[in-house]
Amino acid sequence: MAAGKELNPSDYIQHHLTFFRAPLGEGEFWTLNVDTVITSVLLGVMGLGLIWWVVRGATSGVPDRRQAFVELLIEFVDDQVKGIFHHGDRNRFIAPTALTVFVWVTLMNAMDFLPVDWVAGALGFIGLHEWRPVPTADINATFALSISVLLLSIYFAIAAKGFGGWVHEMFCAPFGANPLLWPANLLFNLVEYVSKTLSHAMRLFGNIYAGEILFFLLWLWAATGVAGSFFGFWFGLGWAIFHILIVLLQAYIFMMLTIVYISMAHEHH
Amino acid sequence: MSFNLTLLTQMLAFAAFILFTVKVVWPYLLRAIETRQKTIADGLAAAEQGRKSLEVSTRQSEETVRQGRERAAEVIAQAEKRAAQMIDEARTQAKEEGDREKTAARAEIEQQVARAKEALREQVATLAMAGAEKILRREVDAKTHADLLVRLKQELR
Repeated sequence: MAAGKELNPSDYIQHHLTFFRAPLGEGEFWTLNVDTVITSVLLGVMGLGLIWWVVRGATSGVPDRRQAFVELLIEFVDDQVKGIFHHGDRNRFIAPTALTVFVWVTLMNAMDFLPVDWVAGALGFIGLHEWRPVPTADINATFALSISVLLLSIYFAIAAKGFGGWVHEMFCAPFGANPLLWPANLLFNLVEYVSKTLSHAMRLFGNIYAGEILFFLLWLWAATGVAGSFFGFWFGLGWAIFHILIVLLQAYIFMMLTIVYISMAHEHH
Repeated sequence: MSFNLTLLTQMLAFAAFILFTVKVVWPYLLRAIETRQKTIADGLAAAEQGRKSLEVSTRQSEETVRQGRERAAEVIAQAEKRAAQMIDEARTQAKEEGDREKTAARAEIEQQVARAKEALREQVATLAMAGAEKILRREVDAKTHADLLVRLKQELR
């Protein structure tokens, strides 16, 4: 909340939902949500850099706690991949990708834990009045992930079956190879690709965005007086605790779907 | 809520992060984990081998103990047999010895008896001769009766 303004609920929420945008050219598309990009890249560099730093000194002997934690994380991810992906060496691509997704999405979701007004206050202090700290509450970030996964699954489908095989599958699965069924098959496959990508991105975005909005409402309530502060605090605490589950669960779901989609791309029909 | 350049930027960032994890992070950890798995597998194999050799040596020692026990039992049985045999032998020997002694003693006694008889007979003959001489000295000429006397003497003998 920028200093010196009257507290107005819609202004408050509007303010917290305003991106820090940088126009880079003509038209609406050529703008960049600087806050999303900087926060997410920073988080990714921090999270993956931390893991890199730990595994760089990884010993094959008795691991220290730091290494044990990272190994726990990586083995958790690897176990999930092992259970789903049976189409070759998972270490070559899919397992590290799943790790990337899980770590990055978890960290981006976890930005929700930071009290919005503290973040806004601190950033306002250095002159940044508009900054959204939760990248996964930006639809651009979640769609970037899900479209990347879509491209990867198309790439792996072609790599596994050849371009001809993939096109053949687009037209001949799931209903059959009869030319009369080609349009239906193609339509079905296109809808499948689109709906996968949409639901993949929207699920994450919706959960985190809704969580963020709920926090805003609770903090608004807290601004209404003593009773509001009291209930705002307790409900805020409850929601924050519940949100720990949502943050991890959504990151987990996103990772699992990434694995599943890429695995499915390898399958022959 | 609109799509803009952020989408492409985020996709690039995602690609970069995936590349980083695939190329840099994962291999390090994979190596450490694989080495550890190998160490663990080796350790397990060594433990298995140790267990096996323990089993073998246990079996061997059991065999040895069993053999020793058998041998001991055999030795004891033999010793017992030998002891019984020795006792038997000693008994037989003692009996034989006793019999021999007894026979010898009996022979001795008989000899003594014979000797005593002889001596007695001699003495009786002498006495008879002496008695007869005393009787005959008065009535009979010694010379005439010498034949008689000698015969008598021989008879008494």
